[in-house]
Amino acid sequence: MDCNKEALELMHKHLDGDITRDEESRLKVHLEGCADCQTHLHELKRAITLIQSTENIKAPDDFAAKVMQQLPVERKSVKYMRWFKMHPVLTAAAIFFLFTITGLFSAWEHDSQLMVSNPENLIIKGDTVIVPEGVTVEGDLVVQNGDLKIEGTVDGNVTLINGSLVEDDSLDSNGLMASVGEVNGELKEVDRAFEWMWYRIQNLFKSIFSFE
Amino acid sequence: MELIIRDKIKQVKKGDQAAFEDIVLFYQDKIYQHCNRMLGNAHEAEEIAQEAFIRAYINIHSYDERRKFSTWLYRIATNLTIDRLRKRKPDYYLDAEVKGTEGLDMYSQLAAEDKLPEDELEELELQNYIQKQIAELPPKYRSIIMLRYLEDFSLQEISEILDIPIGTVKTRVHRGREALRKKLRHV
Repeated sequence: MDCNKEALELMHKHLDGDITRDEESRLKVHLEGCADCQTHLHELKRAITLIQSTENIKAPDDFAAKVMQQLPVERKSVKYMRWFKMHPVLTAAAIFFLFTITGLFSAWEHDSQLMVSNPENLIIKGDTVIVPEGVTVEGDLVVQNGDLKIEGTVDGNVTLINGSLVEDDSLDSNGLMASVGEVNGELKEVDRAFEWMWYRIQNLFKSIFSFE
Repeated sequence: MELIIRDKIKQVKKGDQAAFEDIVLFYQDKIYQHCNRMLGNAHEAEEIAQEAFIRAYINIHSYDERRKFSTWLYRIATNLTIDRLRKRKPDYYLDAEVKGTEGLDMYSQLAAEDKLPEDELEELELQNYIQKQIAELPPKYRSIIMLRYLEDFSLQEISEILDIPIGTVKTRVHRGREALRKKLRHV
């Protein structure tokens, strides 16, 4: 066995715990007959023992405190970003909620102008929608952001959003109540944001659950 | 202990800065010692060790919890010490590989007998002498010898810490051991 090459290689393999059984027995045989290699291996092991005998030194007493002082103060945005990363489901829910709210608000803004569901044959005077005498509205009537005056007939439900029903209480020439508008259905007035929202949600559910 | 540290790391990841102090306290001696041996200078060692912990804190989210935390922390510290050593000029010359040789540098060209260790022994205590011999190893052997024999990492872990192939780690462990043997045989 070549002392400088093979034996040396096997010694290091032995020290690394990489040696196979076969290699180990070959090294053993060689070492028994080679004093130089024995010394070499002994010196290697001794060098390791010597460096392991060195004292452990400790960090200065205020080391940790100094580190803590130097840690960056977290920016709020970083905190939020990390929170978002760690709670993906809640983040998705929050974003969904945000979109729903903005959707409702934009719908609210959009709805601030006068709207009538079926304006045929109706008279619109400023903010007031009039169902003239002798006119019959077939189906439901929805008026948004305006008042409604019924002189004719509505064959269905009436919904008033942000407006009210004008009761024409002025006596006319006959001395009778001239305005005898007829509503053959429910009359609903919705005039506040929350009620309006509730109304929209109800509608949403109705549209979801109606199978027609 | 690993379990407690793992728990603390989770807390730090959740934004609990105070939990990081326990991590520092647990590793400070090891990391400080590692830096001190790498740099051979207490003042620089403190500065670099602190920097290592600060970087670990800042980058805690890139730490993969399936791996050993100490491996990750040592990697940061070792990289910082190597950067610092590169900035120092004089070390460079002896550490540079000699042209036309594979992995041989000026240290391997120096005959071990050039110095008379016995003379130095008279001036220095054994401990200091050994420390000095470790410090005189070229950084790329020094880091590996320290990680292997003073900090008890496996060759595989050292390969991860230094980000070099395991074959290279083995070669350097062998050379480092041989260099130490020459330096310490007369003790």
